[in-house]
Amino acid sequence: MANPRYWRENPSRYNLIGKRCENCGTVHFPPREICPKCRRKSIGKMKSHKLSGRGKVYSFTIVHEPMPDFSLMKPYIMAMVEMEEGVRLTGQIVDCEPARLSIGMEVEATLRKLGQEGSSGIIRYGYKFRPR
Amino acid sequence: MMFGHGEKDVGIVTYGAYIPRFRILPEEIARVWGENGEAMKNGLMIFSKSVPYPDEDVITISVEAARNALARADLDPEEIGAVYVGSESHPYAVKPSGTIVAEAIGASHFITVADYEFACKAGTAAMQTSMGLVSSGMAKYSLAIGADTSQGAPGDALEYSASAGGAAFIIGKEGVIARINRTLSFTSDTPDFWRREGQPYPSHGGRFTGEPAYFRHVATCAGELMKVQGTQPSDYDFAVFHQPNGKFPTRVAQQLGFEKKQYETGLTTPYIGNTYSASMMIGLSAILDVAKPGQKVLGVAFGSGAGSDAFDITITDEMENYNKAAAPTVKSLVERSELLDYGRYAKFKGKIVMKE
Repeated sequence: MANPRYWRENPSRYNLIGKRCENCGTVHFPPREICPKCRRKSIGKMKSHKLSGRGKVYSFTIVHEPMPDFSLMKPYIMAMVEMEEGVRLTGQIVDCEPARLSIGMEVEATLRKLGQEGSSGIIRYGYKFRPR
Repeated sequence: MMFGHGEKDVGIVTYGAYIPRFRILPEEIARVWGENGEAMKNGLMIFSKSVPYPDEDVITISVEAARNALARADLDPEEIGAVYVGSESHPYAVKPSGTIVAEAIGASHFITVADYEFACKAGTAAMQTSMGLVSSGMAKYSLAIGADTSQGAPGDALEYSASAGGAAFIIGKEGVIARINRTLSFTSDTPDFWRREGQPYPSHGGRFTGEPAYFRHVATCAGELMKVQGTQPSDYDFAVFHQPNGKFPTRVAQQLGFEKKQYETGLTTPYIGNTYSASMMIGLSAILDVAKPGQKVLGVAFGSGAGSDAFDITITDEMENYNKAAAPTVKSLVERSELLDYGRYAKFKGKIVMKE
């Protein structure tokens, strides 16, 4: 991934900054410029909103054929996490054996390495989740 | 005294620690290298050491520790004026760890940031710089972090101790829970331990790391600080020293005249190994986890190369109102553990050469 494209998304990846529609109150992540529910009524009313980082596992899968950046962690867990704010995020679950994980388990966001551009390129950081 | 004057009413406003959850036992390392595990364990007084997951490094550990510190305090991260990260395992040779840490804790962009390096005492050097900035009025709060994912060459004695962890202290004048009455340093050119640029593993002088390095610097620095402060070991409720293993801090504490009840609370290395830049700071965090107003703490860090930073600390009444429960204690971080065999440890630490 090109550095600028990654860099632009750092506020969301580091600090879970999404957007909240001031018209209907729905929180969106990643940030959106327009609320798909309110459409034109949301123009100018989408405000930055930091998620609490707390949520519950909505669904998950165990990955046995990893992408190169994840090969040392195989098998690893990818989950859909329903945040306290209602929005669902996809992320890796760390500090948890696959056998221990269950739907509904409470998790919290943590900052981890997401990958790197080889041994001389940039290191990408962002949110993952772990049991609370 | 050339250093340590002038700091007034400066101290720790909040603190946080972080220890990765994986551990390896000395017996397991010894099994692979044909050593006597029992002898290594007892010789070093290290019963297990922490190991970072493959997605953890000094930056993620620093962020965890700093977020734990912020969770305990009613403090706007935008009021932090400086971020210093002390480590000897910064992920980048050029690009400060502090830039990513500052962004990830929601600090302002109008701050000063730098990475520090002084072997195992880079974090306390960051604390001293922070004290200077705060007492001079240049910053309201300054964040000092010590964190490492230290390296020990496979089969070397260091492999039994080199571990991972971090501690973050926010230094300020308002809402101080632990006042730093005085700091003092002792530094000399002593080649006890080093790592040349580009080398993956450090080198050390074996037994030379003991008397002329660790013991001389720690004992001199602690002794001088007590002389300047007019105190003696019995005046302190707690004492914590840099912990390259369990044995050195125990011996230096006894040499200085401290008793077990004073130094056992801050002695964490036997269970998590040597966290390098975080070693004394995690020990100090373990003390802050239990300390009560009015109690006094002596903390002495050591960095190879070599130098010591000593701190005379008094717990203030603010500790009563401090929201300690908002972040995990050192004890809970130590207890949250999962054992690894040497194979998984080697994989996690990147000791196995992979195809790119």
